[in-house]
Amino acid sequence: MMIALTNMPVGKKGIIKDIDGGYGITHNLDVMGIHTGIEVTKVSKQWMRGPVTIRIGNNEIALGYGMATRIMVELI
Amino acid sequence: MKVLLVGNPNVGKSVIFSRLTGLNVISSNYPGTSIDYTKGYFNIQGERAELIDVPGIYSLEPTCKTEEIAVKLIKNGDVFINIIDSTNLERGLNLALQLIQYKKPLLIVLNLFDETRRLGVSIDIKKIEQILGVPCVATCALTGEGIKELKSKIGDATISEYVFDYSQRWNEIGKIINEVQEIKYHSPKITEKLRDATIRPITGIPILILVLLLTFALIRFIGEGLIGAVFEPFFEKAWSPLILRLSELLGQSGFFHDLLIGKLVGGDIDYGESFGLLTTGLFIPLGAVLPYVFAFYTVLAVLEDSGYLPRVAVMVDNITRKAGMNGTAIIPMLLGFGCNVPGALATRLLKSRKEKFIAATLMSITVPCMALQAMLFGLLGPYGIKGLGIVFGTLIIVWFILGLFLNKIIKGPSREIFVDIPPYRIPYLRGLAKKIWMRLRWFIKEAVPFMLLGVLIANLLYSLGIMQFFSGITAPVFNHLLDLPPDAVGAMIMGFLRKDLAVGMLIPLNMSLKQLIVASVVLSMYFPCVATFAVLLKELGLVDMLKSTLIMILVALITGSVLNAALTLTGL
Ligand SMILES: Nc1nc2c(ncn2[C@@H]2O[C@H](COP(=O)(O)OP(=O)(O)OP(=O)(O)O)[C@@H](O)[C@H]2O)c(=O)[nH]1
Ligand SMILES: [Mg+2]
Repeated sequence: MMIALTNMPVGKKGIIKDIDGGYGITHNLDVMGIHTGIEVTKVSKQWMRGPVTIRIGNNEIALGYGMATRIMVELI
Repeated sequence: MKVLLVGNPNVGKSVIFSRLTGLNVISSNYPGTSIDYTKGYFNIQGERAELIDVPGIYSLEPTCKTEEIAVKLIKNGDVFINIIDSTNLERGLNLALQLIQYKKPLLIVLNLFDETRRLGVSIDIKKIEQILGVPCVATCALTGEGIKELKSKIGDATISEYVFDYSQRWNEIGKIINEVQEIKYHSPKITEKLRDATIRPITGIPILILVLLLTFALIRFIGEGLIGAVFEPFFEKAWSPLILRLSELLGQSGFFHDLLIGKLVGGDIDYGESFGLLTTGLFIPLGAVLPYVFAFYTVLAVLEDSGYLPRVAVMVDNITRKAGMNGTAIIPMLLGFGCNVPGALATRLLKSRKEKFIAATLMSITVPCMALQAMLFGLLGPYGIKGLGIVFGTLIIVWFILGLFLNKIIKGPSREIFVDIPPYRIPYLRGLAKKIWMRLRWFIKEAVPFMLLGVLIANLLYSLGIMQFFSGITAPVFNHLLDLPPDAVGAMIMGFLRKDLAVGMLIPLNMSLKQLIVASVVLSMYFPCVATFAVLLKELGLVDMLKSTLIMILVALITGSVLNAALTLTGL
């Protein structure tokens, strides 16, 4: 089942299955190493629809709530 | 020949640049430290070559001004030194593959190699060389490991013949990594716990509040301590006797005497009131402000190099968003507390016009630089927490109200936060010392000449009666709205040049606590100093800067009058 990154529980792992957005968004995410097929761990979320932090490999990245809703993952 | 240091943000380009050229550039543990390029020279095999520290980029398709600068430089470069964070090969190789397409001599540097060992990652350098067909060097820029080898190999940089399908880039990178990298199991370490605890709100927010309080306390403790134990005794015991001797030589009065030494108070020098070039002119920047600037930059350097700041950005995002900016805006604000000039430059971290405008305006109005703060501590400190509390409280409240307001009226998009969170690193003592020293030197070079110029101009304006003229025509505003004495005008005028000097000029006016508070607030808000103004003009452009300036003056006057009325009502 695919869920958005924002709905993923903190501490869980998942595989990115889809990124819902135009070229601009996919490109910006892509160059930071966020693209379909990779494994992400959700590290934290902030209150009030604040930023979401994910871990990819050894790397942590914080992204805004809006962008996080566009990233669809399958939990593992 | 132009050699470029190219790489993702925060991979150590600036440290390597310093190592190769011997020039000092600021490096910190967060992405976007270098927002403009730096040029230097070094020798490759006896030949002089130009080395450029290019701002960090993730790809060669620019998405903001800093990246545009980078891509332009890359197009004109002759040799690329591609610096890669070896703990993050994927992203590094992604840029490397794009650089390969430029068909220019390339050399790959795997920096932060010390961290791979700690993470249990091993990378086969020879294999990377084989696959990509370019020389590759492992370095630890902090300790200088591998830098010699890097130097000796720059001449070997070659054009890579590696061919690949660009659309299948990530697969390609995956294949390379499978061949060159081996990850041994390592148990999660305490730093990982710390990483989590400092970015989850339940634990992160209390920690943040604690860190901020501690920061403030440390700065006051170090600053106050240094002034009391070292700087004041030096000026009183060593400098004053010399100046008094000089005063005798000059006959204790006259134009030159007053310019150099100023008025003697009871036959002695009063660094607050004498107002000569060699007394107040030197004491303010070196005796009163420098200790605090040192304290601030020491604490800031530790914060910067630890890697905590991007986490602060994430945690305050909820607040800054209300003011129309993403959390990264905290970085220009924080730097602004040291000096508004680097703060103004760092607004480039914010990518949209709206965010830059709001950040620049809010910083100019509500973030007092350390020089100004140090003087305010001296001016209001004797009244206890009340004076300083009201001044800083007012600045904070204005930040919120003005932020909300600007967010409503300024058109255009704000970008969501999107930032790399670097791992925690233990600040390296020599790196810290170097950075603090660089900033102090910069402060002394900026502050002392401007201060002396300011004292000179102020003395001239007074003796020519020009200051009195200005006081006369602005008296209605100052008297009626703000209830400040006409002489405070002089301070406001000199505040254009330096705010610390301006506070210095308030000291002899014998104002009440209420007047001191109002004057401090207005002085902090009405205009940044000329140095900051010049930077902002360049960053925002003329039209936006004029708008911003108008907002500053209006907000300063409104806040000053409201505060004056409120304090009068409460009987202060
Ligand atoms: N442990 C370790 N830390 C390093 C090494 N090289 C750099 N650093 C640290 O990594 C951080 C980033 O270094 P910078 O030189 O500012 O990185 P940069 O690539 O110039 O970054 P931007 O200017 O933001 O693009 C700093 O805190 C350095 O002290 C290294 O080899 N080992
Ligand atoms: Mg740099």
